[in-house]
Amino acid sequence: MLESYIPIMLVLGFAVVFAMAAVFSSKLFGPQRPNPEKLSTYESGVKPIGTTHERVSIKYYLIAMLFIIFDIEVIFVYPWAVEFRQLFAEFGISVFVSMFIFLVVFELGFLYAYKKGGFDWD
Amino acid sequence: MNIYDLIFYLFATITVLSALAVVSTKNIIYSAYNLMLTFFGVAGLYVLLGADFLAIVQLIVYVGGILILILFGVMLTNKVNGMPIHTEVTNIIPASITIGLFAGIVLAFFMNTNWKSVTTEFPATTIQSLGKLLMNEYILIFELLGVLLLIALIGAASIARKQ
Repeated sequence: MLESYIPIMLVLGFAVVFAMAAVFSSKLFGPQRPNPEKLSTYESGVKPIGTTHERVSIKYYLIAMLFIIFDIEVIFVYPWAVEFRQLFAEFGISVFVSMFIFLVVFELGFLYAYKKGGFDWD
Repeated sequence: MNIYDLIFYLFATITVLSALAVVSTKNIIYSAYNLMLTFFGVAGLYVLLGADFLAIVQLIVYVGGILILILFGVMLTNKVNGMPIHTEVTNIIPASITIGLFAGIVLAFFMNTNWKSVTTEFPATTIQSLGKLLMNEYILIFELLGVLLLIALIGAASIARKQ
């Protein structure tokens, strides 16, 4: 059964090797003659001010929380979707209806979040 | 040592090394990214144990979701610049004794337990049977899960937006 994971392993291996090669080949083959102007963040542009560690707004956090709950919902749709053909042949429309109830109950929460202004970007 | 063991050790090494990096690195952003590698390694171990659905949950919810929250948590905080942060209390001796005792107990149990070695068929994909169970025996639990997620969603929305 693990043989079915071979393509995933191949993709992973290829990604790692390609990323390494892309990053380190320029270091390996390219000439390196740095000067202070070259090493600045923008060689020709406005000089950056402040630090890179700026605080971001809490609004992003709310969106991220809503996203995680949506993520968990999608996870539960997944086994249903994989098995849908057999289940539909066996039980008919009720399989669809039960998932629909689940989703409607769930989306009420998003409706609430929307009414509450959770998606507003003010 | 066959290929299965080799892949297991690969993922175990990724998990342990990145977990070590999480606690030892000074930069909290590096810590968060190493945590991603740890989650990923654990997902690989789940696959090797035949728990493919759990591996997908691990990847999508933890790597894709929880880690975003952690990174946002880091980005929301203020960085203290220019001064080194030290804890005042460093109880090295009691800590070493406690950890040593704990590790000793775990190791003793590990050595003395009569491990049963069973050879089982590697399970086929669990997702199909999970889908069947969710639509048959556990349909009520499945719908209740929707209600539970609804409560979590409403809680998150009402805490974040007080109007």
